[in-house]
Amino acid sequence: MKHVATAVCSALTIAFACGTTPASADTLRLLTWGGYAPENVVAKFEEETGHTVEVTKSNNEEMIAKLRATGGGGFDLAQPSQDRIAGPQAEFGIYKPIDLSKIDAALFIPSMLAATKANTTVGGEIYGVPHVWGTSGLVVDTSKAPSVKDYTDLCGADVAGKVSYRLKRPTLIGFAFAMGMDPFAAYGDEAAYKEVMDKVEAKLVDCKPNVKTYWGGGDELMGLMRSGETVAAMAWDTGGWKLNADNPDITFVAPASGALGWVDTFALPAKGRADDAAYAWINFVMRPEIAAMITEAAGNFTASKGADEFAAADLKARYQASFPPEALDNIKWYPPVPAGLEAIEGGVLDRVKAAQ
Amino acid sequence: MRAQAKLGLFLLLSPLLLWLTLLILIPHVDMLLVSLRERIGVGQYQIGLGNYFTFFSEPLYLRTFLRTAVMSILATAITLLIAFPVSYYIAKMARGRVRSALFLLCLVPFWVSELVRTFGWMILLRETGIISNLLQILNLTDGPVELLYNDAAIMVGLVYTSMLFMVVPLVTTLESLPDEVIEAGYDLGGSGLSVLREIVIPHAMPGIVSGCIVVFMLSLGNYLTPTMLGGKDSLWFTELIYSQFIVRFNWELGAAFGFMLLILSSTIVWGMLKLTGQSLEKTMG
Amino acid sequence: MTPDLECLNLVKRFGDTTAVDTVSFDVPRGSFFSILGPSGCGKTTIMRMIAGFLEPTSGDIQIRGRSVLNTPPNKRPVNMVFQHLALFPMMTIAENIGYGLRRKGMPRDEIARKVDEALERIGLPGIGNRKVDELSGGQKQRVAIARCMVLEPDVLLLDEPLGALDLKLRERMKVELKALQAAFDTTFIYITHDQSEALVMSDQIAVMNNGRFEQIGSGQDLYYRPASAFVAGFVGDTNRWSGQVTRIEGDEMEIRTDSGLLLRGASHGRPLSAGDSAQIFVRPEAIRIAHDTEELSHFDNRMTGRVASLLFNGAASRIIVQDPDGREEIEVNLPQSGEFAGLKRGAEVHIGWSGAQGNCFAAGVR
Repeated sequence: MKHVATAVCSALTIAFACGTTPASADTLRLLTWGGYAPENVVAKFEEETGHTVEVTKSNNEEMIAKLRATGGGGFDLAQPSQDRIAGPQAEFGIYKPIDLSKIDAALFIPSMLAATKANTTVGGEIYGVPHVWGTSGLVVDTSKAPSVKDYTDLCGADVAGKVSYRLKRPTLIGFAFAMGMDPFAAYGDEAAYKEVMDKVEAKLVDCKPNVKTYWGGGDELMGLMRSGETVAAMAWDTGGWKLNADNPDITFVAPASGALGWVDTFALPAKGRADDAAYAWINFVMRPEIAAMITEAAGNFTASKGADEFAAADLKARYQASFPPEALDNIKWYPPVPAGLEAIEGGVLDRVKAAQ
Repeated sequence: MRAQAKLGLFLLLSPLLLWLTLLILIPHVDMLLVSLRERIGVGQYQIGLGNYFTFFSEPLYLRTFLRTAVMSILATAITLLIAFPVSYYIAKMARGRVRSALFLLCLVPFWVSELVRTFGWMILLRETGIISNLLQILNLTDGPVELLYNDAAIMVGLVYTSMLFMVVPLVTTLESLPDEVIEAGYDLGGSGLSVLREIVIPHAMPGIVSGCIVVFMLSLGNYLTPTMLGGKDSLWFTELIYSQFIVRFNWELGAAFGFMLLILSSTIVWGMLKLTGQSLEKTMG
Repeated sequence: MTPDLECLNLVKRFGDTTAVDTVSFDVPRGSFFSILGPSGCGKTTIMRMIAGFLEPTSGDIQIRGRSVLNTPPNKRPVNMVFQHLALFPMMTIAENIGYGLRRKGMPRDEIARKVDEALERIGLPGIGNRKVDELSGGQKQRVAIARCMVLEPDVLLLDEPLGALDLKLRERMKVELKALQAAFDTTFIYITHDQSEALVMSDQIAVMNNGRFEQIGSGQDLYYRPASAFVAGFVGDTNRWSGQVTRIEGDEMEIRTDSGLLLRGASHGRPLSAGDSAQIFVRPEAIRIAHDTEELSHFDNRMTGRVASLLFNGAASRIIVQDPDGREEIEVNLPQSGEFAGLKRGAEVHIGWSGAQGNCFAAGVR
């Protein structure tokens, strides 16, 4: 019997490569966004540390859904946006706290690190540190739709049938700001938030005939803008800058009511097995020269201190053109989403989609 | 000896049983349990039928549900109408290489992923796409035409995706109909139409029904095609399930939706079998 | 009276091959006409042309004096019993038989009456509600015929319908088919590669080979007076030798086979002269077997040999006799009268046959 037990145990050990594996060479299973782990960076990291990296590309919603399905397993490092950590963590407990002593704080822009820490604190523990940041706003073909300066301008008669946006929460938030409301202020009060959302819903239903299609993926939007089938759309800043490289008329425009600022973070899944490799990755990619490589690939700037110096000049130029100082000050940074708001937003999005 | 035979049978069956239990039975039971769970607060749940109540009390969900069912039935009918002559030609008229070539043509679209196929249709149908440009070159329209983002586009995509799954069972059953029997139909005074109605279709019924079941299920459960080709009005039930699970984190409602879809498809398949007097054993056997 | 069916110079070519080569024949009303030939001889092609499933390359097909070339199969006054019967498996027996009547737009109660009548006639009353697969082979056969006969066709075509049956049933169906034909008093055209089927049932038989008719005649004609070497060899069992004509006197002649045997035969009026190469056919039943030579003195072919093997087959039992030099083997009918019950392998026997039974044909001429 004892032999059998030993045999079973060793078989299990092999099959599941039980939790305690040597720190020397781990596999880092990274759940991230497209462009955040470019091949050249991965290769450099693997060469330097001996760890191997498996990259899975995803988005906020899928990241949370995946981690929820496994109770925080299957990945060693995830990169959700900073506003989407506290809610899911409180509800599903899918992350583990970050040990700040293992992170080289000097690599981060201090203000950004502090803000992210504050936004990702649940029960006194910190669950996220910042990585890449950017904004969403408008991508406009300035030669064909010069009138579009804010989200609500997408509903103008002069661009009828030639605009596109996503049917996702940033659209709701953006329209709320453009309509002169402050949805973030209403985050804490479900009734007030619902009132805001009801107004946005009415606006979006009115606006629906103007929309060519609700875009789903970045490639789809690129296709629409490039072919000229749409002349203005809600999108991320990088999308606009990429298009700008091909067609100087198209560029990212920070809306008058303010671009929406997001920060993607590093967070440790609750059942992650390669924490050392995860911390090594964080400290590695935050080095200014590596961060610049990521900026090159993703198009967005990072929270790495001093990486700007390494960034390509044309990207900087586009950034400065889209963000004059006053627009930069006007960026609305997403505060953490309290649990439960998604249900309200979901109802609004469903009804907009169903409206005739 | 008997015991050995039994053990052998058990060993043979065990992969199938494992498969059924682990990958089909357990997930469904789990989903049923999740669907019966109501969220009453952060991390707090209670057992109840609240999710199903939500489904029935929200006209949007019901409408999407019915719309998906009707569109799927329509797609199945159109697929059948197109696939039947094609299958008849392959099974009864084409010979040798022509026949393999035709069969291969039906298969070719499946060499690429569904995503690529759908993108293909988008390239064809979009405003700056090939068909629109062609119509302009031929002076049939004044300006670009948008053929994408409507129900017709969804239909085209669904029918295209489903074609093979209708053609294969149809060709198989039609092949099993001896030419003699068709000739006998003509010989005894039947016209083309009556031979089709009284001989070919009754014979092909098991194939028609099994093809229809598969196509209907595929259409009902399709996610990519309706979302990508349908545009802002696509409204497909699987999309609702996806958004409940992934976007809203509302697994409870999503699971209830999933179960409603299961019930819907089972009901319609059952109705289809009853209506045509076929049994599942006959059509799938 | 115009014949029920008349084919005039019928030709069918598929690409380079000629399946049916200038075939002409007519079938009198109410007769049983068979086309007998090996598989691939073109008999099915003729049948399909008559039914209308194939168009002749040239020639004409007339039914009761009217050409049907431009009539589609569903309008021709001709019905067909298919090789595998082709009953409709999705219908009951009554629906099968009533199918053609429904197509004619006959009222429902009349169809029911006619179907019952037909079932009565084929001796299967009351099976109308059964499914096709509940019937035995013989019953299906009869239903297939009834399905055609309710339409009262001028001509019924039968394409080897007994091929799928077992031997016993086949023997019985031969008799039954003949009886059915008499009962319905309809012209039957029957295709087969089985000579016994053709011989038993037919009034007239056409022997077909390589797309051509070799001979048309009654069973007796074909059996006893074959018009060609092919017919002589194909219809009935026979001994066959090839050799050279050594002497000819009127109808009588002498032939030396390739192995050196000298045989007497008859040319039955066919032009043959000394020195020609020829074939000689002798049926096993034309050869007499005897214990001593005295009994065979009146035959002009006599021989003494050994029994090489005994082929017991009841009334059709035979022996194979080897001639003294062991050059040839001759099949001989063995009478089952008891006279030769003691015959053993290796025993010496005397055989003889009349020269008139030795049918000679010039070799290489068809």
